[in-house]
Amino acid sequence: MLARCAAALRGRTAGSLPAAARGLAASAGAAGGEQPPAAAPTSQPSSSQEDRMDFPGGSVPFTAGMDWHGGAFAPRAPLPCYRTIDAAGREVPDAAIPHPLPRETAVRMYETMVRLQTVDVLFYEAQRQGRFSFYMTSSGEEATAIGSAAALHPDDVVFSQYREQGVIMYRGFSIQNMAHQCFGNMHEQGKGRQMPIHYGSRELNFHTISSPLATQLPHAVGAAYAMKLEQRGTVAAAYFGEGAASEGDFHAALNFAATLGAPVIFVCRNNGWAISTPASDQYRGDGIAGRGPAYGIATLRVDGGDTRAVYNATAEARRIALEQQAPVLLEAMSYRSGHHSTSDDSSRYRAAEEMRAWRARDPVSRFQRWLVDQGWWDDAADTAARQAARREVIQALEAAQRAPKPPLSTMFEDVYARMPPHLEAQRAEVLAHVAAHPDACPADIPVK
Amino acid sequence: MALAAAVRRGMQAQLWGGLLQSQLRGLASSAQLQQSAAAAAAAAEASPAAASPAGPPEAAGRTVKMNLCAAVNDALHIAMAEDSRTLCFGEDVGFGGVFMCSRGLQERFGRDRVFNTPLSEQGIVGFAIGAAAEGFRPVAEIQFADYIFPAFDQITNEAAKYRYRSGAAYNVGGLTIRAPYGAVGHGGHYHSQSPEAFFTHIPGVKVVMPSGPREAKGLLLASIREPDPVIFFEAKMLYRTAVEEVPEGDYEIPLGQARTVQQGSDITLVGWGQQVRVLELAAKEVQDQDKISCEILDLRTLLPWDADAVEASVRKTGRLLVSHEAPITSGFGAEVVSTIADRCFWSLEAPPARVCGYDTPFPLVFEPLYLPTARRVAEAIRRTVTAT
Repeated sequence: MLARCAAALRGRTAGSLPAAARGLAASAGAAGGEQPPAAAPTSQPSSSQEDRMDFPGGSVPFTAGMDWHGGAFAPRAPLPCYRTIDAAGREVPDAAIPHPLPRETAVRMYETMVRLQTVDVLFYEAQRQGRFSFYMTSSGEEATAIGSAAALHPDDVVFSQYREQGVIMYRGFSIQNMAHQCFGNMHEQGKGRQMPIHYGSRELNFHTISSPLATQLPHAVGAAYAMKLEQRGTVAAAYFGEGAASEGDFHAALNFAATLGAPVIFVCRNNGWAISTPASDQYRGDGIAGRGPAYGIATLRVDGGDTRAVYNATAEARRIALEQQAPVLLEAMSYRSGHHSTSDDSSRYRAAEEMRAWRARDPVSRFQRWLVDQGWWDDAADTAARQAARREVIQALEAAQRAPKPPLSTMFEDVYARMPPHLEAQRAEVLAHVAAHPDACPADIPVK
Repeated sequence: MALAAAVRRGMQAQLWGGLLQSQLRGLASSAQLQQSAAAAAAAAEASPAAASPAGPPEAAGRTVKMNLCAAVNDALHIAMAEDSRTLCFGEDVGFGGVFMCSRGLQERFGRDRVFNTPLSEQGIVGFAIGAAAEGFRPVAEIQFADYIFPAFDQITNEAAKYRYRSGAAYNVGGLTIRAPYGAVGHGGHYHSQSPEAFFTHIPGVKVVMPSGPREAKGLLLASIREPDPVIFFEAKMLYRTAVEEVPEGDYEIPLGQARTVQQGSDITLVGWGQQVRVLELAAKEVQDQDKISCEILDLRTLLPWDADAVEASVRKTGRLLVSHEAPITSGFGAEVVSTIADRCFWSLEAPPARVCGYDTPFPLVFEPLYLPTARRVAEAIRRTVTAT
């Protein structure tokens, strides 16, 4: 199987590269982005060695000029931002639409956005009322989550950060399951061990969220590589913010993905703020998209508030990743309209005017207007969808709050596949302690 | 980094489950207990281990009531003002930090010295090491101790070995790494951990964990001025909840010296950071209910730790209990117990006890049962004292 993959890769790249470069280029994964320098085996000097420098990592032309690039020298124009629907929800003339949105898909996407907005509003309020401990909204970024999720195949595997609940919702994670997770009750997949909003679902191919940033990015690359070796015909999709892109794991992930030819879609949500740190403190240069070509990765910047543009960008990214068995980077430009979390008050560090301006470009309203223009949606449908979502969320919260927590003994499960003796002893110790002091155990945790 | 920006506001209000709640309710009285104990200790001219050579904080004169966050902030202002090569930086430090420990620093000392960094812990520590090696005093903040691990290589292979590997030609003594640690009631896996034992296994760094506001200010000033790199773990649960009189102005509490929190005769309780307050509650419970007299030592510094003070106390009481939130296996309690077993074997009247976190990841809903609560500590005290 391995050999077959390698042969396929060579077949793809051989035509576009010098003959001497074939061997190494097979692993370079030059997928539609900036071509990496063509590599030449050191044992076979290139015929053009007079005007080129060949080295193990590639081949570059010589120049007698001293031409600096980057920084203050010849700054590059920013990569443009692809969009198909403007800020007012109107069709952008002549926009590239390689993947037209079917009506049924578009309506399902919008309905999921309505549910997502409703969850965000009511879960946020529930947290403020002290019903559970923590929450994060995705306000302002609904189009990025839903637009990308709709373009993925259910068998594609998602590695998410913590502000992409729309993705797992679109995949079929119920509002009830979200409520169970936030309350950490006995019905929750994660058995009450993680903070709220750390969703996950094996059935929905959504790896469980962890709080540390960017750690999931190399995981996505490894998973995508495994898919490639098994020829699953699927991709991994990795979500992260522009702040997380400062972590070392971001670099490792993009570099591994490019060199190993992993079919992974990196979806950066550039929402302008990492808690209180503005993007201007986070990087210089052309955002996150500007880095993609330097890694040899096909890259597109997209309007993260344009649902149809994100859908098209992701669908096309998926096609490229599968056809070329190579990574793709998307940078979705958006705005964190809400606070970082329920522990944050963003009015302390950002201007009200900035927040108002972005909220005026609300991505959900933009998509709704476009749907109405298509004749696929109307006010009555909107009211009905919002009322239904509201009822569902309220019922889900009530049911989740009533459910007991997982039994006490589960605290010691899943640390290992089989419980080692020292954990068995500690479990017995806790149970004995609670037997002696029943009030030591919160009333909603079953003692067993 | 990450998510729970600041348990800041959440901290005050929500979900203090089970025993944690009672521990918090006990904090006010615990702070008073601590003060009166310290005063009593000073009056009684306590053991040499208890008093610092710089003199007890009371010697500094006037005091101000403040919480641990304000005490850290006060120390940072003093350190920044005294030396223009002192820098403060980290994620979200510019506007004051997610816990507001760096509040007012940027306004006072400017953006060149107080600034946000890109979101990268290895970057923060690596950058700080370079600045320290060139003579600066960087105070680098890791937003939560749970997120310090990307910087582990920089700490263990670089900061800790900078002096040794260069034959002392270079050092990064100006480096201080601050990080909030510990249980907070609703932090789950990634906003609750106590990772101190990883760092006490690194020759070349010092590890400091203050137990309250007054301790935090004096120990942080000493850490910043210390000629070796220091990792300074702050109990985030105490940022707002621990309030006590803190000396105004400049004072230091020397590193490497334990503090006798209260004197006693039946058993020695050893802890650090916020666990010291749990030990105080447990000691009060067994004093009231069982007439057991506990001596409590706050280690303050874990590396190097004050084995002499613990040894002197255990020789007096004949019993030892060590307690920490971190998982018991390979926790720093193991180091304390083995050293004291070696030094005091013939003085011990019972096996040394450890009351610690269990060997699982920090579990959100089970936190009240995962933690080494005052009740668990009190039970272990009774077991240990009646074992003889």
